[in-house]
Amino acid sequence: MLKLIKYLKPYSFLLIMAIFLLFVQAMSELALPNYMSDIVNTGIQQGGIETAVPKAMRKSTMDKITLFMDSEEKDFVLNNYEFVDSSSENYDKYLEEYPALENENIYVLKDISNNTRDELIPILGKTLMTVSGIQQAKENAEGGVMNLNGMEMPANLDVYNLLKMMPESQRQQMTEQIDKQIEALGEDMVNQAAVAAVEKEYVELGLDVDKMQNDYILSTGFWMLMVSLLSAASTIVVSLLSARIGAGAAKDIRYDVFSKVENFSNSEFVKFSTASLITRTTNDIIQIQLVLIMMIRMVFYAPIMGTGGIIRALDTSPSMSWIIVLAVIVLLGLIAVIFAIALPKFKKMQKLIDRLNLVTRENLSGMMVIRAFNTQKFEEERFDKANTELTKTQLFINRVMVSMMPIMMFIMNGVMVLIVWIGAHQISESSLQVGDMMAYMQYAMQIIFSFLMLSAMFIILPRATVSANRIKEVLDVDPEIKDPENPKNIKNPKGLVEFKNVSYKFPHAEEPILKNISFTAEPGKTTAIIGSTGSGKSTLVNMIPRFYDATEGQVLIDGIDVREITQNELRKQIGYVPQRGVLFSGDIESNLKYADKNAPEELINKAIDIAQAREIVEEKEEGIHAPISQGGSNVSGGQKQRLSIARALVKKPNVFIFDDSFSALDFKTDSKLRKKLKEETGNSTLIIVAQRIATIKNAEQIIVLDEGKIVGKGTHNELMESCETYKEIALSQLSREELE
Amino acid sequence: MSEDQKKRPQQQSQGSGPAMMRGGEKPKNFGKSFRKLLNYISEYKIPIIIVFVFAAGSAALMIFGPKILGNVTTEIFEGLMEKIAGTGNGIDFGKVANTLLMLLGLYSVSALFSYVQGWIMSGISMKITYKFRRQISEKMNRMPFKYFDNTNQGEVLSRVTNDVDLLSQSMNQSLTQLITAITTIIGVLIMMLTISWRMTLIALGIIPISIFLIALIVRYSQKFFKQQQDYLGNVNGHVEEMYGGHVVMKAFNGEKDSVEKFEVLNKKLYGAAWKSQFFAGLMMPIMRWVGNLGYVGVSIMGGFLAAQRMISVGDIQAFIQYVRQFTQPIAQVANISNILQQTIAAAERIFEFLEEEEEPVETTNPINPEKLKGEVEFKDVHFGYDEDKIIINDFSAKAKPGQKIAIVGPTGAGKTTMVKLLMRFYDVNSGEILIDGYNIQDFTRHDLRAQFGMVLQDTWLYNENIRENIRYGNLNASDEEVYEAARAAYVETFVHALPEGYDLVLNEEITNISQGQKQLITIARAFLKNPKMLILDEATSSVDTRTELQIQKAMDKLMEGRTSFIIAHRLSTIKNADLILVMNHGDIVEQGNHEELLEKDGFYADLYKSQFEDPMTV
Repeated sequence: MLKLIKYLKPYSFLLIMAIFLLFVQAMSELALPNYMSDIVNTGIQQGGIETAVPKAMRKSTMDKITLFMDSEEKDFVLNNYEFVDSSSENYDKYLEEYPALENENIYVLKDISNNTRDELIPILGKTLMTVSGIQQAKENAEGGVMNLNGMEMPANLDVYNLLKMMPESQRQQMTEQIDKQIEALGEDMVNQAAVAAVEKEYVELGLDVDKMQNDYILSTGFWMLMVSLLSAASTIVVSLLSARIGAGAAKDIRYDVFSKVENFSNSEFVKFSTASLITRTTNDIIQIQLVLIMMIRMVFYAPIMGTGGIIRALDTSPSMSWIIVLAVIVLLGLIAVIFAIALPKFKKMQKLIDRLNLVTRENLSGMMVIRAFNTQKFEEERFDKANTELTKTQLFINRVMVSMMPIMMFIMNGVMVLIVWIGAHQISESSLQVGDMMAYMQYAMQIIFSFLMLSAMFIILPRATVSANRIKEVLDVDPEIKDPENPKNIKNPKGLVEFKNVSYKFPHAEEPILKNISFTAEPGKTTAIIGSTGSGKSTLVNMIPRFYDATEGQVLIDGIDVREITQNELRKQIGYVPQRGVLFSGDIESNLKYADKNAPEELINKAIDIAQAREIVEEKEEGIHAPISQGGSNVSGGQKQRLSIARALVKKPNVFIFDDSFSALDFKTDSKLRKKLKEETGNSTLIIVAQRIATIKNAEQIIVLDEGKIVGKGTHNELMESCETYKEIALSQLSREELE
Repeated sequence: MSEDQKKRPQQQSQGSGPAMMRGGEKPKNFGKSFRKLLNYISEYKIPIIIVFVFAAGSAALMIFGPKILGNVTTEIFEGLMEKIAGTGNGIDFGKVANTLLMLLGLYSVSALFSYVQGWIMSGISMKITYKFRRQISEKMNRMPFKYFDNTNQGEVLSRVTNDVDLLSQSMNQSLTQLITAITTIIGVLIMMLTISWRMTLIALGIIPISIFLIALIVRYSQKFFKQQQDYLGNVNGHVEEMYGGHVVMKAFNGEKDSVEKFEVLNKKLYGAAWKSQFFAGLMMPIMRWVGNLGYVGVSIMGGFLAAQRMISVGDIQAFIQYVRQFTQPIAQVANISNILQQTIAAAERIFEFLEEEEEPVETTNPINPEKLKGEVEFKDVHFGYDEDKIIINDFSAKAKPGQKIAIVGPTGAGKTTMVKLLMRFYDVNSGEILIDGYNIQDFTRHDLRAQFGMVLQDTWLYNENIRENIRYGNLNASDEEVYEAARAAYVETFVHALPEGYDLVLNEEITNISQGQKQLITIARAFLKNPKMLILDEATSSVDTRTELQIQKAMDKLMEGRTSFIIAHRLSTIKNADLILVMNHGDIVEQGNHEELLEKDGFYADLYKSQFEDPMTV
């Protein structure tokens, strides 16, 4: 995978943007449980009141609470509140807001900073709680006696007056004692209790607390909606970016691979095989595209989300993190175990599927033989064996895999239960709020899911790596055949082809396929090459247009080594007809004009006539514009062959190479075509590879190849006398009398 | 290389993205095929009902989870509030523990149900898969050749693998998913209603929004996926064409044109690819956003209601979980019609294949073939692969036992048609073919074919060792008989040079022995069968000279004393034949022996002479 990283370079800006947006997405997703927690904690539990710092209070309340402060605290509090009475400038405005002002003077909180607020919270929290505790005690008084901090007192006692009377030092002492008791309750609890006091104070002030609560819930909900919109928006943009990056990189890789392969020589095609090169250019790149997109959307996202979740979870309740760690370990362990069991079976299954396909393919391709030998039952049993084995393995895998979901669900639900149980204790000890516990459950889910996402990638990644390596292999090839740096020009092209002590060895082969080949093919004459399969005939002629380069020796055209001119220049000289007729999609005309875009109609018609392809054209309704489908699959082998020959003729080259191009033609067409060819090609050099003696009997020069060596050179009659191999070939094809 | 080739046809159709995005194929007759499939699986009625019960049970139990967990939260919350207010003893941990334990029990039973359901369902689906595959393989042997003239191998192969797999997968996953989804939707709805009808209304409000958004995305994504598929096809087509014709492309200096064309196609593909991938990626975030919308709505509404003390905090928590549980099954149910369509389309293709016309029924009163001598007569035979395109017109000929009949003619003249008629791979349209005076249709196909040995140019062998491949001619033959046939067919001359001799397993593409060696094995196979009549296809090319001589000798030996039909390429064979059938354009244009035909100076004479014409002299 890393090997193709340079293809991401043009998209690095988009990639950075995508990662940034993934952050935004993760942060927003993580913020949502927080908002929900706020709605529960503050909105519901605290009646929409956020802190223990009331925005206003009655003078009487202020007087009471200040009794429990030291002078420093008292000054600090009073400095941040504005005293309002009927003489105040804003009296009317405040009256409207706080109806209680009509009867009593009030204090209104000044516009303070968050820092100040944070400093105010503990002071006001403690004191408000103390005051409300006294109030509570009064209300709970039974039989005129109230229980205040373990002391029995008459319920109608004015505690505050008493306190006011107390000497400063004694009051101090008492306050400290109360402080200690309150601190033992924990900060959260104090805050919540204080908030309850604040709510009561608001009621006394004549505020609409229900409306306050609703407003709080609504505004929190609004922010929640905005955040979720932000999350959706960033996900959509990430989706757009990842699609463009993935498809874009795939486009660039595909282009590079294709142009690279177009410059390959035959030996590279042999090395990779055509089918494999096609897969590498198409499917492998699609794989990369998919994985890239998924990587951006998931692999980058999971750690961000996971880390964010962990931070939030630690922030909420570090003491419960072991639950998440445990859950992640158990889940990953589960996945590991399931895959350890299933993976070898997966490999086996792939083999068995291949086996089943093989038997089916054999049954289809051998249908005639099977019926001729009456072996239908045998084949059915063979299929049944493959089928049974495959079914068994698939069943095993399915049954292992179906266990995964229920177990995973159970583990996750178990985590929820555990969080509630542990959380309940912490709530009871006031180290956690209910809303936080609810949020914590969601963080836990998010963390677990990001781990699951990551582990899913470990399954997908290896496959992509295989594809990436296969692509890289193609891109890394240094083509064997390159143009010379200072190419020469053929000054007076005639088409004289010369082989000088040429040997050729396929890469990695032990033995050379051609050994020490020397001959000359002259313009205006036909040179035929014959020999059994594997004797190297095709390789030999393929060295002329430089599809292969000689390992030793030289191939010369008009006296110049073919390696000293550009491939383009060289191939301009040559009309090549391959062994297997190859046509491209288009129509007959476009195929013929493939040789020369500007060929005049007259030339095309002539080529069709020489190649005996007239009847093909006439057979079709659309004539020369009859469509040819991909690979020429809508014309027969013989027709392809003749059209390929016509195509080479349109080129009017100096050298014709027919690589066993007549084999798909029947004797009659073969003979007519050769006759015309000889008439029309005049001064060109003809080089013909053939299997049939009849095809080459009349060539001026016949070269007989056997196991890569020239074993005979001469005319038919000469060779019948002198060359044993030639005679053997001839005898196998024609009866003796016909040869004589 | 072979591996790549095998994979290709499957992968190309694969594309990417969820089924719904791509827009699957649709069955031709949904109702009919659906009923057929139901009928087919009715055998498993009871286990399937059990699966349904367990799936529904598992889902139903799961639904209680959030509600109970919510109650626990409420308990904790209220306990806490009491503690703050100083009016109670705080959280009742005994009660909490009990509820949580019950919850844990609930979850484990649900998981167990879910697994039992999956276990039974995979059993059923694999049984059905097995049965379908088996029936397809048996069907193949009963179908007339005509079917395979019009259908390529890949299509049949794709039924055995892709269609059957698709079917079993949907049975395994989609079916139970559907049950679970529906149970969940109903159950969740009930639970939500028991908590608060107001909040339920809000939660339900997200459904039309989701459906609208899903429909919108699907419409666009299908368009772009189709475009992507088309452009991908174009790119792949160009790649295949250029790589396949690489040599020609190079020979005609076509690199530049080819790369330019590729670039145009590649850019088009890019345009469609990123769009389709973008839309495919939209589904999740948008659905999640809709889910969040519900989440926010529920939080707000829940906040209000809780503030009014109409519901508890735990209820909000439960409700939020229900809303989350709600969106997934809705998407699943929305997707189910696509999956169902795809499944039924796959089932339809399988049923179509299974219901294809079979070979005509056998005669009920077959003739005993034991004493046949091997006299073959064609009497006024008419035949055409298509009824309205008769290619053999009124053909009559007679071969005495032991005679050699050569069939000659240019490639594609339909020489193998005669062979196919003789073996009853096809039946004549009118007229009759007689063996020892009996119409071949009065034998069973098995008995008739048992009389013929066949050696074709297309040497079919299978992925087994050489010994078993020879034994294929007569599965009951002993090893000794196999070796004897191997000697007669000159297989022994090369088999000992092979690393494992007779035990050499031919590889899947049968490339570990040469073409000529394959040919010899098929001859040995025919020897072992020891038939009364022979059908031979002479090798033309791609065999080295020495092996070719061996093949000829083996074939000559095989023909001794047997009525033989030879698709001939060698003049020596043709000249020695007792009867030559000359074919052109699928028609028998002339018949007679070599001399007679030369005298006629017709098509045969022309064909014969063309081999000796001297192109230089004209």
